[in-house]
Amino acid sequence: MLWGSNAREAHPIFFHHLMKGLDNGAKMFSVDPRRTSSSKFADVWLGLNVGTDIALANAVARHIIINDWHNKDFIAHSTEGFDEFAAAVEPYTLERAEEITGVPAIAIAELAEAYAKAETAQILWTLGITEHHNAVDNVFSLCNLALLTGHVGRWGSGLVPLRGQNNVQGGGDMGALPDKLPGFQAVTDPESRAKFEAIWGVPVPPKPGLHLTLMFEAMATRELKAVYCIGENPADSEADILHARKMLGQLDLLVVQDIFMTRTAEMADVVFPASVAWAESEGTVTSSERRVQRVRAAVPPPGEARDDIEIIGALAAAYGSVWNTQTPEELWDELRSLSPLHKGMSWDRLEAEGGIQWPCPSDDHPGSPFLHGWLWEDDLGGRGPAPFTVVEHEGPKEQLSEEFPLRLTTGRALDSYNTGVQSGSLNSPIRYGYTIDVSPADAARIGIDGGETVKVSSPRGSVEMEARIVADLAEGLTFTTFHFPELVDSNILTSDAWDKKSGTAEFKAASIRIEKLKETVSG
Amino acid sequence: MSANGHETPVSLTIDGQRVTVASGSSVLDACTEAGVATPTLCYSENLTPVNACRVCVVEMEGSRTLVPSCSRQAEPDMVIETDSERVRHSRKTVLELLGSGVDLSQADELGQWVTHYEADVERFGAGRATMEEPIRIQDELYIRDYDRCVLCYKCVEACGDDAQHTFAIAVAGRGFDARIRTEFDTALPDSACVYCGNCVAVCPTNALQFKTEFDLREVDNWRPEEQSVTRTVCSYCGVGCNLELHVQDETIVKVTSPADHSVTDGHLCIKGRFGWTYVHGA
Repeated sequence: MLWGSNAREAHPIFFHHLMKGLDNGAKMFSVDPRRTSSSKFADVWLGLNVGTDIALANAVARHIIINDWHNKDFIAHSTEGFDEFAAAVEPYTLERAEEITGVPAIAIAELAEAYAKAETAQILWTLGITEHHNAVDNVFSLCNLALLTGHVGRWGSGLVPLRGQNNVQGGGDMGALPDKLPGFQAVTDPESRAKFEAIWGVPVPPKPGLHLTLMFEAMATRELKAVYCIGENPADSEADILHARKMLGQLDLLVVQDIFMTRTAEMADVVFPASVAWAESEGTVTSSERRVQRVRAAVPPPGEARDDIEIIGALAAAYGSVWNTQTPEELWDELRSLSPLHKGMSWDRLEAEGGIQWPCPSDDHPGSPFLHGWLWEDDLGGRGPAPFTVVEHEGPKEQLSEEFPLRLTTGRALDSYNTGVQSGSLNSPIRYGYTIDVSPADAARIGIDGGETVKVSSPRGSVEMEARIVADLAEGLTFTTFHFPELVDSNILTSDAWDKKSGTAEFKAASIRIEKLKETVSG
Repeated sequence: MSANGHETPVSLTIDGQRVTVASGSSVLDACTEAGVATPTLCYSENLTPVNACRVCVVEMEGSRTLVPSCSRQAEPDMVIETDSERVRHSRKTVLELLGSGVDLSQADELGQWVTHYEADVERFGAGRATMEEPIRIQDELYIRDYDRCVLCYKCVEACGDDAQHTFAIAVAGRGFDARIRTEFDTALPDSACVYCGNCVAVCPTNALQFKTEFDLREVDNWRPEEQSVTRTVCSYCGVGCNLELHVQDETIVKVTSPADHSVTDGHLCIKGRFGWTYVHGA
């Protein structure tokens, strides 16, 4: 089940593996409001309305339960809260789900039966699930399905969030989360802090920090006055971008460390030019499947650009603190001494074996191709059972209105990446640029043609974009990428709603209106 | 999929030498295990053998015809000869036939075998009777020079169900008119091509060539012997594709991926293959 993911374009080489599975007889269901290039390879495409994932997942769960296809042994042994969950999904009949999601009841039933009866099954998702105001609840709704059927914690079955960036997993692993130290150890836990304090020789603040969205709120109240931004371009990438730029603009101090002079860097008081992590310096990155791999320097950095480690070390020295760990290998060994997940991954092993998947707790441990195997152990590996989580359908925060009657969702194109700072110089013959995809029915109603420049407005602002008429886009739905902020600020349109549990903004569901530009008489 | 470690290994004889390989291995794998080098053209470890070129043939006891080692599965107690008069003659003739109609000047590996078997590529007439097709330069990512094409099908396989599943190219025409073509021979940017470059990566003769390499060759500045190759990880999505950065004069000139890497099997997408230009501030 590919749910809210256009992996064919966003994760192309992962999709090669998926295609091998299909060639070997696997079935594929694609859940996506758009019939994407990934959906076209699916046995069944479920084109749901944007933001109705929970209604769909709950209906799948109910259909599995009433047909007695759920894995009762697994539920009894490894989970808790099933009865409450079963009662909570009871109102999500196929008929009601069809009404909410727009997906025919028969397709929901087919998905439920195939998933429940499969020997092995995986749910793979990306930002179609997480860029919503109820992102965490969306994820829970999928976890519930895996717990219901036992499709988790064993070879070939599982829950797979596909990571969108080459080291977004590694960033979290290394403690770039407001409440975690490296190795997912809580900053609130005195024992964990003591371990790090012993090595670092300084007290570790016990209070969790702020995630990105809360940082912007703290900038608004002036609680946050200085920002040190490394390798991120929030002045282009944030939802509701005009607000984000205003917040960055009113900081007392903005320091940016980047390889590009991004829009954020242009706003900065100080810019530290950095080397390219994967081609000009040594280190590790961690992929979506928790595989730690080495990156290596192939070319020297240009001009005054320096390695991130060197810049941060020099800054520490300027503050009067001399750090003993200097090389990537020394830093890695320090991490291994503090993070049990990484303990067995020596630099030499990473060199020799190419890549190792955490957890890897000892030198002779081969690494872990999948997680949560404890769910199948007699004593649950000494843990408590996995809980079902009751979640209810809410729909997008920003409802459609007479003024803004169209749904806008966003995503990536194959040949481009995020705000385009990396992919912009790739001379791609297949780039179609800053277009807004419109269904033929909506285009006819508004009176616009493909290739025509139109005015696109949301409650937050307006931009001009070129319309691209896409035959298999559902009526009422529009789509754009966010790769060309220098040409069109598509994040002017995106919603300011965000998930209180994860801090993720609802990029996937804004309300917009499209208007024909006033006709100009050409001379 | 070949070797399955759970099944009984297979023992066979290569040039009088007993070797043991995993069940499901090919005769070619067994030759490699025995330390015997074998010329291949249409074979690649990350593609399904198509048996198009016949340059890897060996003599097998009990078989009337020579067998292609790349696709013939190793069986217990097979007796294989790789350097008999019949094998040498066959391989030599295949190379002479290929060389008579195709420009093999940039097929480095094949060139070594031409020398090894003393193949005379002018045996069937002086000068190469190539198709005399113009080089197709339709974008900045790769070029197509079909005078170098031996119709080994590797590009078609990589574009199709061996990896990419894009099916932008196929063999069109028959006999002398057979060519690798996009649908209706449309220009590449207008075809189904998604510019992953996986066809270029498997091409054994440089008929498909990265534009960076082509441009450097045009000014006589392509110096592979001076290039360093550094293995690293792609900077885009979270799949973790390994890249080999080929660097000449402190500049990236080509990106490949190791065919034996479990994540990529040697294949990349447009971003990983071509999206490095920003490193040099392009």
